[in-house]
Amino acid sequence: MEEIYQEFIIELYKNPLNFGKMANPDYKAEVQNTTCGDMIELYIKAKNGVITEAKFAGKGCAISQASASLFTGYLKGKKLSELKNITKDDVLALLKIDLSKNPTRMKCALLPLDALRKAMK
Amino acid sequence: MTFDVAKIRKDFPILNITTNGKKLVYLDSAATSQKPAAVIDAVSDFYRNRNANVARGLYSLAEDATVAYEEVRDKVQRFINAPYREEVIFTKNTTEAANIVMRGWGEKFVRKGDRIVTTVMEHHSNFVPWQQLALRTGAKFELVGITNDGELDWADLEKKMKGAKMVAISAASNVIGTINDTRKICKLAHEYGAISIIDGAQSVPSIKTDVKSMDCDFLMFSGHKMLAPFGSGALYGRQELLEKMDPFLYGSEMIRSVKKDKSEWNDLPYKFESGTPDVAAIIGFGVAIDYLNEVGLEDIREHEIALTAHLLKRLPSVEGLEILGPKDAKKRAGLVAFVMDGIHPHDIAAMLDADGICVRSGHHCAMPLHERLGVSASTRASVYLYNTKEEIDSLADSLKNVRKVFR
Repeated sequence: MEEIYQEFIIELYKNPLNFGKMANPDYKAEVQNTTCGDMIELYIKAKNGVITEAKFAGKGCAISQASASLFTGYLKGKKLSELKNITKDDVLALLKIDLSKNPTRMKCALLPLDALRKAMK
Repeated sequence: MTFDVAKIRKDFPILNITTNGKKLVYLDSAATSQKPAAVIDAVSDFYRNRNANVARGLYSLAEDATVAYEEVRDKVQRFINAPYREEVIFTKNTTEAANIVMRGWGEKFVRKGDRIVTTVMEHHSNFVPWQQLALRTGAKFELVGITNDGELDWADLEKKMKGAKMVAISAASNVIGTINDTRKICKLAHEYGAISIIDGAQSVPSIKTDVKSMDCDFLMFSGHKMLAPFGSGALYGRQELLEKMDPFLYGSEMIRSVKKDKSEWNDLPYKFESGTPDVAAIIGFGVAIDYLNEVGLEDIREHEIALTAHLLKRLPSVEGLEILGPKDAKKRAGLVAFVMDGIHPHDIAAMLDADGICVRSGHHCAMPLHERLGVSASTRASVYLYNTKEEIDSLADSLKNVRKVFR
């Protein structure tokens, strides 16, 4: 379990990327983690069907914060039409950690993906 | 018999396992307790040698199962000092008990404009049913606050009791540990002509409970938090109230007669025990009560207070750690929730897990309380008769390591 807490995860927790609220996003969603009540908001700006900017706000554990940092970076440059093809494995690949035996932590890691699905509805 | 934790630990097979390669340190008994071999064996023995449905068959095997099942009712009755055995209704857990009261009493007797009083420190199982009852009936939902020390705000309670139809309060909080003076609450309720509903999930396992002297109308608790199997719990209700209530679940066992166009309800307590119960779990519940009686509830409580005092002493030695709730172990159930500056409870629990230490993290099914405390989540260590001071020392050491990683 401890191998989850690699240095880059802790670093992203302390200094998240793409963090902060966005004025006038084209897409936006707020999701809550039911086990701890953590909340994250995802904001997306798009032009000509391509994501130009993605940010997140809110707070959570190291896993959800690191995941949101990496995921917002991953979204930039993606075509809106591609978004429905993103799977949970794509998100886990960004984190490079194995959570297959930790279903509760998996929810933390996948929170940004839940936010994306909700935002694009 | 003197209280001997080393001897008690030998009765709990799971305490010998390792988790993540480390010796198990189980500090989550407030979520569910571990089970002694006597309870596990009783369940196994029931299925191996005694299995039959209850209150149906006329053959000896079924009659014996029925007798054993009903004996547990007597044990629960004595354990909480209920006046009549018919006042003890078996449930799956505390939540089911609350729903029986909500649907059976609440929906029948609570009217628009009535006041429903509960507190901000409740577990969701003693909160959501009353909130929904208010929404369904149009009653006013009144939440009593807590003081900054984590005590019940008595002045606020008294104010909100005026015109109240019912008050639902936990005997002990599952997050801040606060033990509430339930006798005083029930007395107050009756002065205002209200029904008192006590959530005993965190108190009944280790604090002597006497419904007669407490004078409550309903008491709800879970067996699985007091050494019994999952699927066992109980609702105590005052007989005259239970008589007037409607059943919650309709179907078999709860009826006396069924005609084409109507049915007549069975007597207490069966009116509220619809369908085949978890007989094996209830048999285990009886063995768990025997075990607790044999060790002695007073000694268990004393041990719990000593461990809680140790938690309150050791945890603040961790940098940036803040304990939630009262600081006096005697005023608390055997649990301590805390927050650590800049570290999320999920991360704390996950890192402790790597050291074999099991604690709860999150909102512990008490979101309104966390909101009141101004934190989104917390980490909770809880203790029971089988825990030791050494385990608490391991917890404190591990937390210091967590602090290092996140520095």
